[in-house]
Amino acid sequence: MEANLTFKSKLLEADEVRRALTRIAHEVVEKNKGVNGLCFVGIHTRGITLARRLVEMIRGFEGVAPPMGILDITLYRDDLSEIGLQPKVRETRIPFDLHGKAVVLVDDVLFTGRTARAALDALIDQGRPSRIYLAVLVDRGHRELPIRADFVGKNLPTSKNEVVKVHTLEDDGEDGVELWEQ
Amino acid sequence: MTATQEPTPATAQPPRSLLDFQGWSRGQLESILETAKMMQEVLARPVKKVPALTGFTVATVFFEASTRTRLSFELAARRMSADVLSFAASTSSVSKGETYKDTLLTLDAMGLDAYVIRVDAAGVCHQAEKWLGKPIINAGDGWRAHPTQALLDAFTLLEKLGTLEGKKVAIVGDIQHSRVARSNAELLPMLGAKVVACGPATLLPGSLLAAELTTDLRQALSEADAVMALRLQNERMDKGLLPSLPEYISGYQITEGRLGWAKPDAPLLHPGPMNRDVELEGSLADSPRSLVERQVANGQAVRMAVLYHLLVGKKS
Repeated sequence: MEANLTFKSKLLEADEVRRALTRIAHEVVEKNKGVNGLCFVGIHTRGITLARRLVEMIRGFEGVAPPMGILDITLYRDDLSEIGLQPKVRETRIPFDLHGKAVVLVDDVLFTGRTARAALDALIDQGRPSRIYLAVLVDRGHRELPIRADFVGKNLPTSKNEVVKVHTLEDDGEDGVELWEQ
Repeated sequence: MTATQEPTPATAQPPRSLLDFQGWSRGQLESILETAKMMQEVLARPVKKVPALTGFTVATVFFEASTRTRLSFELAARRMSADVLSFAASTSSVSKGETYKDTLLTLDAMGLDAYVIRVDAAGVCHQAEKWLGKPIINAGDGWRAHPTQALLDAFTLLEKLGTLEGKKVAIVGDIQHSRVARSNAELLPMLGAKVVACGPATLLPGSLLAAELTTDLRQALSEADAVMALRLQNERMDKGLLPSLPEYISGYQITEGRLGWAKPDAPLLHPGPMNRDVELEGSLADSPRSLVERQVANGQAVRMAVLYHLLVGKKS
């Protein structure tokens, strides 16, 4: 699939990514009325990077870094009995008790909603949070499930045959969001 | 890499079944062990269950008695949300080839996705793959192979030693009749270890894949990074392969003192069930050097990983 993609446009520059994340960090703390009981769980791969950034930003302006975990949703996918590929099972590590916490689930792109659905099941298996929020850098539409994000960096209408690629400094060498076409 | 093993590129499709380690590459096996680590995390949760194998049905077909291995497989399948069909058969009377085949084909008519088979005759698992055309996991076939036991042993050793590259693993006991020894002698060298198998001459085969064979316990244990004791089966004595139990014990029992020949802190493994004070000094089983309980716990994680790798993504 990768080989057949052609670049269309740059949707967000590095500065715009940074500003979007800064805004989300503030919105989360405002909504939660502080950092009490707040924690972050990043979804592999770039959701983890983005969650780490949000935690660091909050440490910067609140003086406290909320705890953070990482989540792999592979074992919760709804297509494991159908697909012809075998996704690699990656690490899940939530080193704190989720019970009673306000969890911010972080992913790079919200598309069909299936990853978020799997992530909700995976989280709930690990405890009973008082509240789960969803934060994404990009909401590109085309939901297949009744799921919405609480915090969105940028709403970007796309067509279904387009691909949104989020790049981060840590994973890809630079920040940015690009639109590609099949 | 064993003599019979063709090198397989890491990108190649792994075999459909886990009958032994033929056709598997080091990379593919390491990928199963890596997944097993992730399954350990699942087993450490309050809710030890994931929906990954929802919709799959796994049959455990045991033509030979075994409680522990069967329970470990069934729990592993259930923790992955597969349905489990448990079948225990005895094979006393009828012509055996026919019985195996008929039994398996009858079960297959119920719509199963994979089979875990334990059988007293080598080769039945290979045949079963041909008869059924579905993934088979060999849970022990005669003296030949018990691949998930070797995988869980490797996993337990990796957990303790960090790597198997250049490590010496001594396997002591009834090597001749042990599918555990044979599977470990196949797997551990693929992962970089050197295997030395040791026992009395009557219980040693002429050769054992890439393993070095010796009747000298001191030589086997000397500088070993890990020691694996095998169960001594009483029926061997009846067949005159061993003069007496005291003789075996005096020559081959793993004792605290003899363990001193191995590297300091070299761990001790045993596939179970254990005859305390026969193949090893009873107190050693409960000592900090014993990894016996880790082996049992890791068995589940490794079997979950094997099921994942053999079932997911294999539908065309």
